[in-house]
Formats: sequence, structure tokens, C-alpha cells
Amino acid sequence: MALLEVKNLGISFGGLRAVDGLNMTIEEGSLVGLIGPNGAGKTTVFNLLTGVYRPTDGIIRLDGTDLVGKNPSQICQAGIARTFQNIRLFSDMTVADNVKAALHNQISYSLAGSLLHTPHYRKKEKEIDGRAMEILRVFELDQFAGYKAANLPYGKQRKLEIARALATNPRLLLLDEPAAGMNPNETAELMETIKFLRKEFQVTILLIEHDMKLVAGICEELTVLNFGEVLCQGKTADVLKDPQVITAYLGE
Amino acid sequence: MKKYGKQIIGCVAAAAVYAAVMILVNGGFLSRQMMSLIIPVCMNIILAVSLCMVVGFLGELSLGHAAFMSIGAYSGALILKSGLPTVAALPLAVLVGGVCAALLGLLVGIPVLRLRGDYLAITTLGFGEIIKSVFNAATPVTGGAGGLKKIPPVTTYRNFTFVYILMLLVILLVSNLVKSRHGRAICAIRDNYIAAEAIGIKVSFFKTMAFVIAAFMAGMAGVVYAGNIGILKPVNFDYNTSIEILVMVVLGGMGNITGSIIAAFLLTVLPEMLRGLSNYRMLVYAIALIAMMLFNNSPLKRMLVEKHNMRQAGKIE
Ligand SMILES: Nc1ncnc2c1ncn2[C@@H]1O[C@H](COP(=O)(O)OP(=O)(O)OP(=O)(O)O)[C@@H](O)[C@H]1O
Ligand SMILES: [Mg+2]
Repeated sequence: MALLEVKNLGISFGGLRAVDGLNMTIEEGSLVGLIGPNGAGKTTVFNLLTGVYRPTDGIIRLDGTDLVGKNPSQICQAGIARTFQNIRLFSDMTVADNVKAALHNQISYSLAGSLLHTPHYRKKEKEIDGRAMEILRVFELDQFAGYKAANLPYGKQRKLEIARALATNPRLLLLDEPAAGMNPNETAELMETIKFLRKEFQVTILLIEHDMKLVAGICEELTVLNFGEVLCQGKTADVLKDPQVITAYLGE
Repeated sequence: MKKYGKQIIGCVAAAAVYAAVMILVNGGFLSRQMMSLIIPVCMNIILAVSLCMVVGFLGELSLGHAAFMSIGAYSGALILKSGLPTVAALPLAVLVGGVCAALLGLLVGIPVLRLRGDYLAITTLGFGEIIKSVFNAATPVTGGAGGLKKIPPVTTYRNFTFVYILMLLVILLVSNLVKSRHGRAICAIRDNYIAAEAIGIKVSFFKTMAFVIAAFMAGMAGVVYAGNIGILKPVNFDYNTSIEILVMVVLGGMGNITGSIIAAFLLTVLPEMLRGLSNYRMLVYAIALIAMMLFNNSPLKRMLVEKHNMRQAGKIE
């Protein structure tokens, strides 16, 4: 069975059909790209998958479980984590606390433990500290652990958002334009990181990206959206050669 | 050893303050006026620290803290007046006052905290006024506008130890909570509720939790107030009181527990100290407020905070 199954997914905002009749299956372990011109409905698909919006029609299944109607925190617990196109960090919290907050459901203890700092609390907090630093190290953010998240440079903020999403131990990771605003060096580095974390965390990835070098470099399959509808779907190499995709999105 | 450094400093400071107050009181070094401020200082610290959790950590503007205080005060006062011996009545009153306030917190919080933006500020403001009217109208129980009189004076400076322990408990619980998974969830909601939801935090639940805990603590402070002042009038719990508590939190630097404690102390003691200045009193008071505000936004303060955070991070390894 595919990890993610999306059937006939659609949503309307008033008269605007932002996503229409989307079908998509994502196999466990794959790395899939979602591309298309501005306003095509890519971010809206992420918002539908994560429960921010409720679809007007369609089915979303993660490993066979129906996700429609669940709220974002339930969907996160079901195994989908995401980053945001316009970075949404906990900006007044430290870099370490951003990741530790995401371990909320992973390493848990009671409210009494929180209020009284019981031995059990200490033990669990130690685990949380350790796990958070482990994740930060993957993204080479460990030396910034004590910085306020807002004070990180832009590229590192993007990385921290991915680190935070991974801390929830997702099965499916959604990345919304992870390379936006990065220079070519940072983008190349990001590509390596994505490849690495895919192996390290054994996570399936769906990413939105405008940087075609990154898309061609790491995505195995692509779905191209245009005006909310699927224009083309398939293996990356085939999709990028498709004349329709070239006219609508890639140009020349 | 180093790990417990902060706790040790806290314990020593708490013991030192306690010893100092006991010496000052028993040695007769304080004027009557200053003696009468001891309990209000503790009470305001409880109120400020608890509101700090809602405004500073949860990031929701609540203008009804005095209302939760009043519910605690009235329900506690009824128990204090019941004729039970003080040893039993006082702890029971504090507990009941807290629970009643918490229940109302839950009742108000569940619907309102689902809303976003400034709704909470407006609703809690309205809620406070409604509670005030109810206490005004329920004359047979509350004495109405004339006041609920003859409450046994069980929380005067003679009972400082009890109130002090209560205050320490509130400070300890709130500062512990902040440094926990629950506290991180609350701060995450403040910083970005969409991202908080996306990492699996139940936003409404944690908002309500913080709100109810704060209401509980305000209720306990209300009982302290009742046992200190001896008479309860609804006008004592209008929005001015809520604003005064809010000012303490804001001056304390929003989400800074130590700051809230210092601001609560200063804003309780300062007006009395300045009485001698007569005409200049409000002027000096206002200047003090502005000075504290400026310090909060100064680069010096920011540098201190950054340094502190770096040290904390060093400990994680
Ligand atoms: N909450 C909303 N209310 C109304 N319209 C919306 C809403 N969210 C998205 N839209 C509309 O849906 C369309 C798709 O938007 P979306 O953000 O998904 O595009 P996108 O493919 O992510 O574009 P970009 O590449 O610029 O990020 C746009 O026309 C947008 O204005
Ligand atoms: Mg988008």
C-alpha cells in the first residue's frame, strides 16, 4: 500500500477553485516534487494534507487511515510534518527550544512532573535535551542552540524549521520551498542535507520548489499543478520533457 | 552540583527575605504603614506571576484577573466566616477560593480561548464587569455594594509565614512549568500557533490549561486579600485592579517572572513611599514607570538576556 493516497481532492474559496480533482499516491521512502507556477495551488495542497483547510471534496489517506476532518495537531501525530513557505519559527524561543517543543509528543511526562520537577521529569528532560541536540547536529545548528531563533540568519532558519518538523518523527515530511531565498551554495548544501536526512530518518518527502536544479537533482517523481489542476504527473525526467509543462511553467 | 546552582540561589534568597521580614517586624523596625504593606506585596506577587503566565508566556491579553481574584475572595471569605478554627479555615478557604476561580476560568476559557486575536481581552473585560454586577446584586450572600463585612483577619502580617509560603509555592510552580514540555507548548503557541499545531500541540487545550492555572492562583490571592482587608466590596475588583496587575507584568518585562516579582513589589510599595511627596507623588510614580519601561527595551537588558541564553545552551551538552 502507498504511504499517502490522495483521491479527487478539491477545495473552493468562494468562487475560486484553488485545488481541483487532485490524485496522488506517494510510496514509502520516495522523494516527490510538487511544482507549478505561482498561485497554482501547491501550498493549498499542503494546507489540505495537514488539516489547516478542510477539503470540499476528496479523500486523504495516510497508510490507510482517513485524515479528512482531523485537525493539524492530530495529523501531525498521525505522521505528517511540514515546513512553511514563509518561515514560522517560535521566534522568541531558543533554537534548542524550537526543536524541544516539537518533541512534545515524542518524549512525554505529566503536568505534575512539569509543576514539581520530579525525578521522572529530570530523566525525560535529559532525554529531550539529548534528542534535540542530536537533531540539531544533523543540521549543523548545535552551536547555535542558545540563540534566539529570530536571530539566526535566513538560511539557518529554514534549516531549523526542517529540524523542528523532523523532531516530530514524521513518516511523511512536507517541505514548502525549502530553498527559497537561498544562494546557490546554500541550495547545494540543502540538497545534500535532504538526501542525508532521507536515509538517516527514513522519511518520505514531498517538496514544493521553484528551483529546478534542486527539483531535477533530487526528486524521483513530479506532480505539476496549474490553476489547481494536475497538468502532468510521472518520473522527473519525463515530466521535465513534457511539452505542456514546458509551455505552462518552465518556459521556452 | 552546578546544575542545582539556581535552585540554591533561589532557596537562599527566599530564606533571606523571610528572615529579614521577620526581624524587621518583630524588632519593631517598621512603621505601621510599612507593616500593612507586607501582605499586599505577597498578594500582588501572586497575582502578577500568575498573570505573567497568561500574558507573558501564553501571549493572551487577559483583563479579568481581578474577577478571578474576587471569586476567590468571596468564596474564601464565606469559609473564613463559617466559624471553623483558623488552622483549618485558612487552608480550606485558600483551596476553595482557588478551585472556584479555576472553575470559572474553565467556563470562560473554553469558549473564548478558541477565538483568536483580541477577543479574549474584550471578553475577559466584560466578564469582570459581569462578575462585579453579580456580587453587587447577590446582597444576601455577598452583602452587595455595602460589602461583605467582618471577615476574620487571618492573613495579616502576623500570619506572614503562611502567605509567604503560598507566594513561594506560586512562584515555584510557575517557573517550573515554564521549563517543561507544557511550558514550551505554551510559549510555542504564543510565538506561532499555526506552527505549534503543526508540531502536534493541542492549542486550545494548552491555552485553557494556562488560563485555568492562572485563575486558580488569582483565586488564592483573593482569599489572602479577604483575610487581610476584612471587608469585600465589588468595586475593589473592577477593571482598574486588573489593569494594575497587568502593568506589573508589562513592567516586569512580559514573560519574565523575576521582573514581575520586582515590579509587583515596587508598584505596591512605591505609592506608599511617595506619600510624603504629596504633589509630586504621581509625577515621580510616572517617571519610575517610564524608567522601568526604558530599561526593559534597552540594549543592556537584551545583552543580559542573550548572555543568559548562551549559558543555558552551554549546559545542554
Ligand atoms: N485562505 C485562502 N482564501 C482565499 N484564497 C486562497 C486562500 N489560500 C489560497 N488561496 C488562493 O488559492 C490559490 C493558490 O494559492 P497557493 O498559495 O496554494 O499557491 P502556490 O502554488 O503555493 O503559489 P506560490 O508558488 O506563489 O507559493 C491562489 O489564487 C490563492 O490566492
Ligand atoms: Mg506556495
